[in-house]
Formats: sequence, structure tokens, C-alpha cells
Amino acid sequence: MFAFTYHRPDTLAEAVALLQAREEAKPLAGGQTLIATLKQRLAAPSDLVDLGALPALRAIAREDGRLVLGAMARHADVEASPLVRESLPALAALAGLIGDPAVRNRGTLGGAIANNDPSADYPAACLALDATIVTDRREIPAADFFTGLFETALEPDEIVVKVLFPLGGEGAYEKFRNPASRYAMAGVFIWRGEALSGESPVRVAVTGAGQGGVFRWSEAEAALAAHFSPTALAGLVLSADEMIEDIHGSGAYRAHLAGAMARRAVARLMTAGA
Amino acid sequence: MQPSPLDDTMLAAPPPRLLSLTVNGTAVSVTVDVRMLLVQLLRDELRLTGTHVGCDTSQCGACTVHVDGVAVKACAVLVVQVEGCDVRTIEGVATGETLHPMQEAFREHHGLQCGFCTPGMILAAMDMVRRHGPVLDEATVRAELEGNICRCTGYHNIVKAIIAGARAMGGPAGGQE
Ligand SMILES: Cc1cc2nc3c(=O)[nH]c(=O)nc-3n(C[C@H](O)[C@H](O)[C@H](O)COP(=O)(O)OP(=O)(O)OC[C@H]3O[C@@H](n4cnc5c(N)ncnc54)[C@H](O)[C@@H]3O)c2cc1C
Ligand code: FES
Ligand code: FES
Repeated sequence: MFAFTYHRPDTLAEAVALLQAREEAKPLAGGQTLIATLKQRLAAPSDLVDLGALPALRAIAREDGRLVLGAMARHADVEASPLVRESLPALAALAGLIGDPAVRNRGTLGGAIANNDPSADYPAACLALDATIVTDRREIPAADFFTGLFETALEPDEIVVKVLFPLGGEGAYEKFRNPASRYAMAGVFIWRGEALSGESPVRVAVTGAGQGGVFRWSEAEAALAAHFSPTALAGLVLSADEMIEDIHGSGAYRAHLAGAMARRAVARLMTAGA
Repeated sequence: MQPSPLDDTMLAAPPPRLLSLTVNGTAVSVTVDVRMLLVQLLRDELRLTGTHVGCDTSQCGACTVHVDGVAVKACAVLVVQVEGCDVRTIEGVATGETLHPMQEAFREHHGLQCGFCTPGMILAAMDMVRRHGPVLDEATVRAELEGNICRCTGYHNIVKAIIAGARAMGGPAGGQE
């Protein structure tokens, strides 16, 4: 690891001030991605601002018809929370599919979305559920937050404080895990509910597959809005040229997997609703 | 992608930090380089070498320890992050000469061969009981072992040992069918 100065502020204001004071300062959450990156010397932050002493950021609550998850809520907290399991069971299930138990005991929601790994799970839930990402200074709709591979709308000194998930409607997440890394080879989150006029009553978000990271699959949304059934997706295939191609699988393989995961998620929603 | 050119401040040791934590019930005060990993403190400074390093990349679980009762991979945690916490390693699991029920179950069911993965397996298994209670089924145990790799046993006896150890941890009632 390269040298850095370590800080452990007690207040959010202090944390933001520390990030603003040094250009190369970075927040540290669960460290399940960042520490590995530091060990490999792939990052050289001047300062690490540990968010671990800000317990308010770990809260999970239900407010104004929305589920509010603090940025420091650990994957294990979300997986086990009775409130999440009751109000958005698909989100609790998604958290339980991240990595392994020890990773889930430390990794956080805020770290996962700030990192925006193209194969991470939470970005799919945020996009499909139309979540709002609340930072120390503004609210960012999920649709504007994930801007590309490992890229987000966050300023370098901006801290994710919490994420608001609207309730109403139901969701399902299906993931094909890379058997070695446990990340998604393809993961599809489908939401179905009452839509405002002009919006689709079905949202389909795909992670693990697209070269630009998580994305909405609009053709699948239109097909499912017309007829909500796995058969509605028959013949719909994503463009293999736009999918990730690596040692784990070709673009065509990932395009196929995304379709298969989408059909499974629809089937799961239909069984749940029956 | 190496950050370059290296400037001297990136390689110079950062100011050390004095901190306290509890390890296996004993209060410890140490002055550490802020870059020190928890596993380095345990093995290199405190000489608690029962916590192993298999991969050093968060994959294998050989370095699993408890922080405030919760299983974590000590190769992916900085010592400064666990200031004031209660850390438990395999050395702190038995009571004197009496093995912990989970250790006893691994012995009884032959849940190890070379033993390299075993400390991490035992601490991960105790974490399963914390979250799921003393009655574990085989599917749960296998899914929960996702982050603990064993290159010897084929897992079969590890799974048996964990199911039995969990019941024993539940006390006499948990030990019955
Ligand atoms: C073995 C293993 C398997 C994994 N499998 C999966 C998987 O299947 N699916 C999956 O989605 N993920 C997986 N992960 C990643 C895991 O979910 C990480 O926890 C997550 O990506 C990062 O969260 P963290 O809290 O550890 O963040 P950190 O590592 O602490 O930080 C990650 C990045 O986010 C920034 N950051 C952190 N918190 C904030 C905040 N509140 N505001 C602004 N910026 C912030 C940091 O500066 C850093 O750049 C895996 C990790 C490991 C080690
Ligand atoms: S050494 Fe930590 S997980 Fe392998
Ligand atoms: S007993 Fe040898 S690695 Fe598990």
C-alpha cells in the first residue's frame, strides 16, 4: 500500500470537510473493495476518511412510503432486516447473494453503489426500483447516478448518505453467479407496479452484462408491459456486441444469460403474485 | 495501471497510530502503521499464528476471525478500522484445555485433513450459529461455506461437523433430534 493519512470523523460534516481539504482523499466504508485495491497499489489516496464511526449512516427505516437504507448499512444488515424482508423482499434476497457471509458482514450499500462495478448487484436494484441516492448535498435519481463503468455522478468529495427505495409494486432479482468470484455474470432485477402516466409499469435492469455497466432493457420492458409472462420475452435478445466479453464468457453468452435471468425473474414474480 | 511517477510521499511511512483493542479477552495497546492489516497484527505482532493467510485476496476464508462477534476476513480489514473492538481468533475459542463444541465436532467428525482452512472454518461456523441458530440443515451450511475454501477434505465432513457442532452449541436441548 502507498502511504495515506487515516481519519475517523465522528460527524458527517467533518467527513465532508476532510474530503474537501485534500484532493486525493477518499471515503472508506466496508473496505471490501477499496482495501484490495490499495493492497494492489491500484489506488494511491492521500487520505482515507473512514465512515465507520458514523452510526447514523447505518440506519434502516421506513418513511413516507419509502424504504430508507443508510449508506453504511451492511449487506448482512439488509439481508437480515425484518423491515426490508417485509417491505421489499427481493432487495433482502439480493443482499444475501452478494459475495459470501464474511464479505456481507463488512461490505456496505454506499460502497457498492459508489464503486459501480459493472458486475455488482445493488446498481440493478437501484435502477429497477427507481431509487433516489441522497448525498451530503443533493438527491440523485438512480437513472442519473450510474454513469458508466466504475463511474457515478458523485463528486470526488461527495458522500452517499442514504438510498430511498419507493414502495408499492413488487420486484424480483435473478442472478447467475460467477462460481469463483460470486459477482454476477448476468443479473436481472424486474419491478412491476403502478406507473405514473407516460411511464412503464415494468422496469427491467440488467447488471453483469453490459460494457457500460448496469442498464435498463427497454425492449423487455415494453414486451412485459404488453403481456407480463416469460413467453413475452421469447425472441428478444440483447446485442452481443454491447456485452462484456472476457475469460469468463463471450458477449453472446452474456446476452443469452441476461435473457434467461429475465425470464426467471418474471416467472418468480408470477408465482409470488399467484 | 500503476500510479506513476512515484513520489516519495507515497512510499514514506505515514505517521503511526496508537490504539487499543481487545484480542481474545485481553486488552492490547499497539502503535501501528495505519496500513497494517488485522491479519498482520494478529500473526506478525501478537504471534497468534492460528489465523492463516491462504490467498490474501479475500477469497479463501483462511484468515476469518470475529470482530465484535461477527466473522470477517482479517486480510481485508485494517487494524485502525477495529480500534476499540473485541477481536476473537481461533486461539481464543477453547476454554483452557476444553475445546469449544465446534472444535470438538471437527475433531469428532474428522472435519479436517491438513488443517490449514480449519481455524477459518470454525470461526465461520460459529457465525452461522449466531445468525441461524443451532439447528442447521445441510443446504444452509453448504451455501454459507461459500467464502471458505478447503483444498483437502471435499467438504463432506466439514458440513457434518458444523451441523453437529451447531447443535452442541445450542446446549443439551439443541443436541437432541
Ligand atoms: C470475495 C468478494 C466477493 C464479492 N462479491 C460481490 C458480489 O457478488 N456482488 C456485488 O455486488 N459485490 C460483491 N463484492 C463487493 C462488495 O459488495 C463490496 O462490499 C462493495 O463493492 C464495496 O463496498 P464497501 O463498503 O466494502 O466499500 P469500500 O471498499 O470501502 O469502498 C468502495 C468505494 O466506494 C467509495 N465509497 C464507499 N462508501 C462511500 C460513500 N458512502 N459515499 C461515497 N463513496 C463511498 C470508496 O471511496 C471506494 O472508492 C465482493 C467483494 C469480495 C471481496
Ligand atoms: S487470506 Fe483472507 S480470505 Fe484468503
Ligand atoms: S483441511 Fe486442508 S485445506 Fe482444509
